[in-house]
Amino acid sequence: MIRIDSVTKRYPDGTVAVDRLSLDVPDRSITVLVGPSGCGKTTTLRMINRMVEPTEGAILLDGEDVRRRPVTALRRSMGYVIQNAGLFPHRTIVDNIATVPRMLGWGRRRARERAAELMERVGLDTALAERYPYQLSGGQQQRVGVARALAADPPVLLMDEPFSAVDPVVRKGLQDELLRIQDELGKTIVFVTHDIDEAVKLGTMVAVLREGGRLAQYAPPAELLSAPADAFVEDFLGADRGIRRLSFLPSAALELTTDAVVPADAPAERIAAADARHLLVTDPEGRPLGWAEPGELTAGDIRTDRLLPPGRPFVPGTDSLRVALDCAVLSPTGWAVAVDADGRVTGVVSQQAIGEAIRAAHAVGRTDRAGVAP
Amino acid sequence: MNVLNFVHAFFSDGAHWQGYDGIPQRLLEHVRYTLLALALAAAVGLPVGLLTGHTGRGGNALAFVANAARALPSFGLLVLAVLLIGFGLLPVMIPLVVLAVPPILVTTYEAVRSVDPSPVDAARGMGMHESRILLRVELPVALPLILSGLRSAAIQIVSTATIAAYVSLGGLGRYIVDGLYQRDYEKVVGGATLVAVLALLTLAVFWAAGRLAVSPGVRRR
Repeated sequence: MIRIDSVTKRYPDGTVAVDRLSLDVPDRSITVLVGPSGCGKTTTLRMINRMVEPTEGAILLDGEDVRRRPVTALRRSMGYVIQNAGLFPHRTIVDNIATVPRMLGWGRRRARERAAELMERVGLDTALAERYPYQLSGGQQQRVGVARALAADPPVLLMDEPFSAVDPVVRKGLQDELLRIQDELGKTIVFVTHDIDEAVKLGTMVAVLREGGRLAQYAPPAELLSAPADAFVEDFLGADRGIRRLSFLPSAALELTTDAVVPADAPAERIAAADARHLLVTDPEGRPLGWAEPGELTAGDIRTDRLLPPGRPFVPGTDSLRVALDCAVLSPTGWAVAVDADGRVTGVVSQQAIGEAIRAAHAVGRTDRAGVAP
Repeated sequence: MNVLNFVHAFFSDGAHWQGYDGIPQRLLEHVRYTLLALALAAAVGLPVGLLTGHTGRGGNALAFVANAARALPSFGLLVLAVLLIGFGLLPVMIPLVVLAVPPILVTTYEAVRSVDPSPVDAARGMGMHESRILLRVELPVALPLILSGLRSAAIQIVSTATIAAYVSLGGLGRYIVDGLYQRDYEKVVGGATLVAVLALLTLAVFWAAGRLAVSPGVRRR
């Protein structure tokens, strides 16, 4: 475990970058440091591998002050990923990735084999191995940066705004990839970002820092969104934190109805029996075709080209309440379509029903917190 | 008679191609002075430029020394050196080295300073020693600029090494100095042409060195 113990960084000109910061970074999880520029998040990260030395306090790695370890050995035991990747322009991709293993004295062949293995792990085509960094896109370069940091299999990964310089689509891909890699490898990751959405998405724990390097709140993302510690955190989280919080609530408990779901070859009495303003028509395999009003449907002759589009479906159990609500909001009828993993309709749910589920989840959250309060 | 006729007459005269005053001999001497002066200048300029560039300290002092050195007239320095230490190779080397150090020093310093800081930060963060950062990261990336500093120093030495002839040494300056003295303009033009050709050859050598030594990832092709 990394323990940041009452650390202060004061520069000779009197500026305080970090002010008596204490944090426990749990093992094998992603801890995100987030805050506006000038909040000391990068300084804090760089104190862990001694790129910056604290003025007061200490940083303990498994109980031992990091200053007691030789600085190069310390840094080689921690992967380091920075914005713009910082690849060596004069070295090929495979040689970039093999840098730390080579420094640790691995043979050239073994280091290159390890590099090729890591290229696959981070989702890079091994055909790129002999290319140079300038021949890669920003997103690919950042993947190489992650692979290079992982090369010697360090237990700790320090990531300083690694995905800030790429466009939003690529960034989302990199974030998903990081979560997948983390599922496989279980590193202790300290991740710095100024993007609260990225923090909430990636963090097991999120530390919100404010200007002057003081800790505003340290909590899991769901708690951050439901109970911000003060006005600064609330403001930093943004206006739609209520909606974003739904990402952490499961959609499995939603009550689905199948009354309004009719197959395209349904008999007249089935259509007549359906008590709903809109009916969802499915194909013989049960996949959604589209919505129609009961009066528009003629048994045995359903014109599928006249149907309203079914809208994006959600998968209960896999998707969150946020996705379910989004599907309902975007649906032409206000009803969200639930499907199983194969895309077959399992039912539909209204915006009202989703609203009920949200209120119920909030009520549970309140009782939970009341229950653990001393 | 025009310059081309002079050139033609000089190079077609068989007597100019042999003996202690022949073209191969003078060319060899000139190349020798150049290489020696360039090696001495690089031995001073490269390490100082690399170190100051890496640490970022001493940039102002460096610029001051380099400008002062540039203001010194080579010929005056040569005369002074001869007066102080007498004839020989050493007094010739002094002005040539003084001439060549500033471009090497300043360009090397600037080249290392202008290396993108993020690979350097990454190297430091992954536990690379400072000396290794300088030699394995900054130097290869800064190499094209460093070579250009060496190249302009080499060109300047090639053209200025002619002054060796004034203090009774050899080199291509011999033809120019003797030709002027003897009013043999064929010789003067021939010598000047050889200096120009040698300067072009120097450019070619540096071009080839750049192709060989600079990583394709830095050359970007």
